[in-house]
Amino acid sequence: MYSLRDKYAISGIGWTEFSKKSGRTVRSLASEACLNAIDDAGMKVADIDGFVSFNFNDSVPAISVATEIGVPAARYANDFLSGGNAANMIVLTAAAVIEAGLAENVLCYRAMNGRSGFRLGGGREMAAQGITQFTAPFGWITYPQAMAMWCRRHMIEYGTTSEQLGDIAVTFRSNAVDNPRAMQRDPISKDDYMNSRMIVEPFRMLDICLETDGACAVLVTKAERARDLKRKPIYISGGAYGGGPDQGEDLFDAIRWPDHSHNYAKYIADDLWRSAGMGPQDIDIAQIYDCFTYSVIMQLEGLKFCKEGEGGSFIQGGRIARDGALPLNTHGGLLSEGYIHGLNHVIEAVQQLRGEAGPRQIADVETCLTTAGAMTCGSAMVLRN
Amino acid sequence: MTYAKPLPALDSETQPFWEGCRAGKLRLQRCTQCGHVRFPPTRFCAKCRSAEHEWIDSAGHGRVFSWIVVRHPVPRDVYAADVPYVVALVTLDEGVRIPSNIVGIAPEEVRADMPVRVVFREATPEITLPLFEPA
Repeated sequence: MYSLRDKYAISGIGWTEFSKKSGRTVRSLASEACLNAIDDAGMKVADIDGFVSFNFNDSVPAISVATEIGVPAARYANDFLSGGNAANMIVLTAAAVIEAGLAENVLCYRAMNGRSGFRLGGGREMAAQGITQFTAPFGWITYPQAMAMWCRRHMIEYGTTSEQLGDIAVTFRSNAVDNPRAMQRDPISKDDYMNSRMIVEPFRMLDICLETDGACAVLVTKAERARDLKRKPIYISGGAYGGGPDQGEDLFDAIRWPDHSHNYAKYIADDLWRSAGMGPQDIDIAQIYDCFTYSVIMQLEGLKFCKEGEGGSFIQGGRIARDGALPLNTHGGLLSEGYIHGLNHVIEAVQQLRGEAGPRQIADVETCLTTAGAMTCGSAMVLRN
Repeated sequence: MTYAKPLPALDSETQPFWEGCRAGKLRLQRCTQCGHVRFPPTRFCAKCRSAEHEWIDSAGHGRVFSWIVVRHPVPRDVYAADVPYVVALVTLDEGVRIPSNIVGIAPEEVRADMPVRVVFREATPEITLPLFEPA
């Protein structure tokens, strides 16, 4: 269990423009986000000695960013080959790295040309290697196709409806309207959702997140160092990473997973809440990994905001809106802000906890949950101000 | 006409499965130490860690655990002529799950827990795919 409650903090955040076509190298996006995070914290490049990132063979090694921005001596650099499940885990790893004395001030980033370059929603090699030989030959190839299979299970088990998924899409879009970073800022109605093109049943176009070019970076330091810096420290109170049995042979595979109506969240819930010394009732707002609408429901259930099977009704009636009891994805989420593989959720959490979220600011936010991952493994954090 | 869809790249562990399909058999691994039947193929049994196993012939019957209907083809040029098509996770009577297509039924008629049975479709002279149809 994560045992570093409030000892480490997020001292700076940075991001680039989110777009469909950056026209730039992934390395330059990573460097820009990292420089912005350093500047935000009021630190210097020379203070940075550690990097943690993750990628899907679609990014650049951390040392190339350290080289571009002129870090004098990187003492720790780690590139996880991973999906969105790592977007909180890299921040927890940064705290662990500092605790171990391997580095002092660690930048976590994710950078990608996710639309103009390597598309996660796109096709793959025609020679299906490894576990893919049991999926791709049947035309089961993309992540929307993977997650739709999970969603159908929840509909079978609990009667979850498209209308409920639509409430998630519509709510998150309404948040993006007030977010200058967001790629999709035009409001949508429930009818717009129901009429959006069916991509892979039960998913419509508006159940699926945006493919995005861009980068986000988060600077982690010791809490006492953070208190001497420019911004209000945002403390990492708790965190967890993992999943259950049979997590599969890659990030698509869940053939042996116990039941697709539950995901990793139920397996990390106890570690997460114990590490933070909190429970769901202590959370003011949450940024939930929403590569698809449905993944939000599994995580709310798994992390015990509601009972298993009740996630669909839980999100209805305005509970997750900005003026509701549990505002979710106040930036618009991966569905409407953009898909920087979940690290953009951490950026939004920090802005809300600092009170810097402008017109979309939620009043009196003291705690924010962030999650990362949708399927068999994932990570989550409890952040506080 | 050349076959344009993804094809399995056989390896040392999966070759017996695909050779079975070519011979009209749906083969599964069974651990000879603990009897656990497993799929997809692996060297070690996840229940008892034994590498000793035999290949058994599945009866080819199962039920639909979950399914999707692909309406938007990806890659477009490869699947444009196939949509809509159904991909399902089928739970075989032997207890393992296998991904496949459900054929011989309109996509909107597929139901949870529907009984299905394997049918074999030759993709190329080397590769035959195990598909499922209503039983």
